[in-house]
Amino acid sequence: MKISKYNIGNLFLVTSLCMLVLGLLFGVLAAIIYIFPNFLKHQLGFVSLRPLHVSSAIFWIILGATGCIYNGLKQYITKPKTYKIALIQWILWIVAITGIVISYFNKDFGGREYWEFNPIWALPIAIAWMLFLVNFYLLVKKIKDWPVYIWMWLTGVIFFFFTFSENYLWIFPYFREHFITDMTIQWKVNGSLVGSWNQILYGTAFFLMDKISKSKNTGTNKFAFAMYFLGLFNLMFNWGHHIYTLPTENYIRYIGYIVSMTEWIFFIKIIYDWKASISKFQKKYYYFPYRFLMAADIWVFLNLGQAILMSIPAINIYTHGTHITVAHAMGTTIGINTMILLAVCFEFFNRKEKSNYLNYLFWILQISLLVFWLSLNGAGIQKGIWQLSSHQESYSKMMESLRPYFIVFAIAAFGILISLGAIAILLIKKATINEYNN
Amino acid sequence: MKFKPRHIFFILSVLFLIYSFSIYIKPLSIKENARFDKEQASKGRLVWQAYNCQSCHQLYSLGGYLGPDLTNIISDSNKGEKIVRAFVKSGTKQMPTFNLTDHEMDLLIEFLKSTDASGKSDVRGFSINKFGMIKKNENK
Repeated sequence: MKISKYNIGNLFLVTSLCMLVLGLLFGVLAAIIYIFPNFLKHQLGFVSLRPLHVSSAIFWIILGATGCIYNGLKQYITKPKTYKIALIQWILWIVAITGIVISYFNKDFGGREYWEFNPIWALPIAIAWMLFLVNFYLLVKKIKDWPVYIWMWLTGVIFFFFTFSENYLWIFPYFREHFITDMTIQWKVNGSLVGSWNQILYGTAFFLMDKISKSKNTGTNKFAFAMYFLGLFNLMFNWGHHIYTLPTENYIRYIGYIVSMTEWIFFIKIIYDWKASISKFQKKYYYFPYRFLMAADIWVFLNLGQAILMSIPAINIYTHGTHITVAHAMGTTIGINTMILLAVCFEFFNRKEKSNYLNYLFWILQISLLVFWLSLNGAGIQKGIWQLSSHQESYSKMMESLRPYFIVFAIAAFGILISLGAIAILLIKKATINEYNN
Repeated sequence: MKFKPRHIFFILSVLFLIYSFSIYIKPLSIKENARFDKEQASKGRLVWQAYNCQSCHQLYSLGGYLGPDLTNIISDSNKGEKIVRAFVKSGTKQMPTFNLTDHEMDLLIEFLKSTDASGKSDVRGFSINKFGMIKKNENK
């Protein structure tokens, strides 16, 4: 692929799409282990497959988010210096990704919950992100009266760096020696890290809406800013809802609870806008960037509703530590983040034609994801009942009783692999052909 | 004065930093627990991480979903230290065998003693107050 100074954003997007395909493959292999425990047990095992899947998915999101920002600010990338910094940033990511993937195969882990790898590989990522901060500043300083999406991108870029650094406090014995503080910080990081890339992606959704609707009002009105600050407030303070059962300070739990309840405002806004959204959706049904944004909206509705309920401690004790949490994590990553990123790829790779093949893939993906999400919720409800029952049977018996849900979950995961993988490969091909033609 | 986005961003960021540092300084006020060796437990945490135990097991219901929660396995009358040592060495139908050295195994046990001493993870031990917040019952 020819790399010109105009397509650095697409370089990040194509790389992120490759990570998506890998993430899907590792995810399906990990899902098979739930049904056949001996599958790859001595070769890779779940200890390697889980981080391979999680890290690939996170690389898809973060590199995609970076590509969104570079594409959104494309018109300001005029100096070779900006382009060079971005290219070094990309090379550092490739070094980190290669190192991380190899280390998982060698059973060399970081061992933290959610996103983990040997801390040595955090160095190239941290340097890459510092370069991104510099580039971002150089690009946006030329813009006056920032629309809301620039604020959201800035928030994402700054807070990713802060929380990513905070994620390594455990290296110091001072933090590691105090288990509860260590766990509190770990979940503070996990909550805010997700919040930071969500800011970049939701900002991109605003940017695309501005672009698609051709109204310059979407990203500048007061209501958009109010929603942004509410999102920022939640990014900073709502993470306590992950650790209600951890014996940490009461104020952390109450802050998490109270702040999470402000998310009802987002939820009510979605319902309020529903009718207008449906009418717009019908008009632009065959315009794929818009269709993926609308799909993301529906998944926001389902996952946000679920997240708010799970943030109520009285409900949380039933869902905590069950597959309902996995359903929420997967539902948001695939349903929201992935749909927004696909909309971005379709828009920036200029793939806007009417296509029945794409139409089928779109619906296979949505249906598979819904089945996937429901099966995890079903397993979670059953595990939740087990957790709170007074006469618990053994853990292995409980897991065995969840097997029908896991079978449905694995079949749906295969449906997601086929449909989403085909869409990703289609987009990679399209981007590559575009670059050759340029 | 008219509030601009940068003012609100700045105020929220300062509040966030205060909140973050209030958590960072917490270990200074924590008393020593005689039930485990703090330094050894901290090294045991690294053993737990090196073998990626978290990918399948949970602590306070946070972690993987294939294996059971291990927060209080040390004080569990049906399991305890001996069972942990046996499972790690021999594996199970689902769990592979892990070749830990004796020293690593001792450190891991010390870490699990520290998680056990930190509290109880069983969600059945909570009651719900009138605000919908949960509270650990003292006797559970």
